[in-house]
Amino acid sequence: MAVSDTCREPKGPGIIETRALTRQFGEILAVDGVSLEVQPHEIFGLIGPNGAGKSTLIKMLTTLLPPSSGAARVAGYDVERQPAKVRTHIGYVPQLLSADGALTAYENLLVSARLYLVPRSEREARIASALKLMGLEDAASRLVDGFSGGMIRRLEIAQSMIHEPEILFMDEPTVGLDPVARHAVWGHVRRLRERLGTTILITTHLMDEADELCDRIGVLHAGRLEEVGSPAELKGRMGPDATLEDVFAHVTGTEITSGGSYRDVRQTRASARAHS
Amino acid sequence: MTSDRPAPAHAPIHEPAIVAPIAGYITQVYAVADAEIQKLRHDPSELLTRALQPAIWLLLFGQVMAQVRGIADGGRYLDFLAPGILAQSVLFAAIFYGIAAIWERDLGVLHRYMVSPAPRSALVLGKAGSSGVRGLSQAVIVYGLAVLMGIDVSFAPAHIAGVALFIAIGSALFSTFSLIIACIVKTRERFMGIGQVLTMPIFFASNAIYPIELMPGWLKAISSANPLTYEVDGLRTLMLTGGTTKYGLGFDYAVLIAVTAGLVAIAARMYPRLTG
Ligand SMILES: Nc1ncnc2c1ncn2[C@@H]1O[C@H](COP(=O)(O)OP(=O)(O)OP(=O)(O)O)[C@@H](O)[C@H]1O
Ligand SMILES: [Mg+2]
Repeated sequence: MAVSDTCREPKGPGIIETRALTRQFGEILAVDGVSLEVQPHEIFGLIGPNGAGKSTLIKMLTTLLPPSSGAARVAGYDVERQPAKVRTHIGYVPQLLSADGALTAYENLLVSARLYLVPRSEREARIASALKLMGLEDAASRLVDGFSGGMIRRLEIAQSMIHEPEILFMDEPTVGLDPVARHAVWGHVRRLRERLGTTILITTHLMDEADELCDRIGVLHAGRLEEVGSPAELKGRMGPDATLEDVFAHVTGTEITSGGSYRDVRQTRASARAHS
Repeated sequence: MTSDRPAPAHAPIHEPAIVAPIAGYITQVYAVADAEIQKLRHDPSELLTRALQPAIWLLLFGQVMAQVRGIADGGRYLDFLAPGILAQSVLFAAIFYGIAAIWERDLGVLHRYMVSPAPRSALVLGKAGSSGVRGLSQAVIVYGLAVLMGIDVSFAPAHIAGVALFIAIGSALFSTFSLIIACIVKTRERFMGIGQVLTMPIFFASNAIYPIELMPGWLKAISSANPLTYEVDGLRTLMLTGGTTKYGLGFDYAVLIAVTAGLVAIAARMYPRLTG
């Protein structure tokens, strides 16, 4: 938990604000009345089991998906009424690998730089520095099809920050990465926040990742935002030695009552995992 | 971890008002088109495999049908057929854009474009533009085949320029049409089914391989409403020495441009549905 605690106290208007944000797919309530506030410069983590609604929430915040009801403001703009404004202020690393395999790393970055209207005079410098920051200088002119998963992720992070967005949405950016690459991504995320003051909303299935990286965490379950707080707060609510796993299991495991000790909770989590 | 980059620089690109909006729009269109063109450059094999189809039509179909009297107003059937086959190769190359769009959606590449601030119409026009480039490279191949087969091809600069314009507009038209279909059917499987069902009538219910005069009344009516008919009429006028137009070149251009503009407007509205 190297991250400073200074970002924790809620203050001022959130840079991301949702009010009863809801998205339905037919019968399924993918996101169910989520009200959330993320402060500027915060690294905010979203955790929750498969199908909890994390990606759907991010898609609404990035204007990819219109909400069924409720509202969201991102960087001060309404996602439904001012989507173009929102888009200029955000970067997005989708859950799916999104770099174009038929292009080189450089060309992928060039597309992003042009789409975001990075001034022509700055383009080359921005691309070069993004490649350098992500350790991809030597791979710049290689086709992305030949990249490893870790290299593609790094490229995507480079792409998503080429326009130096105020807010970066990262949907499971470390999925499929080995521990070294994963820690490297954490480093990049932290540096982004330090250097540019970027606000970062990240989803993950890794509790240690959420614990290490995030200032605050929201736990989604079946579309509902069940818990929000700093890792320490969330764990503190569970008991003296509780881990984030316990929090996760408590929120998502239906059979657990508030009376259960955290040991029991951990057992239940193990079996819940085996079923999923 | 050191960086040669200036400190936080949100301001420059967050106010696109300082970039002339039209120049910005063109940059975004070009970003998309150029990406496609770079892909072709990396792997031009597609262009060659696509050249096989017109070759087969001209060599097999053309040779046999040339024996049938009365099909081409007393002229040589091959001369009549060549512009039709050129239009066909443009149509078939353009129809591939819909499935490519679905493919990009499945890969996650499209999400990256959709979260960018580029107007959706710029994204559509970029694809349409790159389709024009594909169409032009097809045209070069069909011209080569036509010359080899002794067809009386006109190389007058004005004719070449006119043909290039018809190819570019026709490619844009049919690729955008294909994109709209993709936005409706949304999956590769369904597109494959419907793609066949749509391309065949567009091709056969036109003046591409036989004159409209030979058609029964109802088919004549359909052909007159088919943009491919005007594409073929334009190509038939300009590709051959002494070619004549049935509808008038100005009318051909006007029809194609108007239909393209309408389709681009529709596609710009529908494109976001692919990622939604
Ligand atoms: N386009 C869609 N059409 C229909 N249902 C959808 C669609 N997208 C998501 N869903 C449903 O909405 C729910 C939430 O999905 P979502 O992808 O947001 O979950 P998630 O928390 O990101 O899960 P994961 O951890 O597996 O990525 C799921 O039940 C999913 O099946
Ligand atoms: Mg997800």
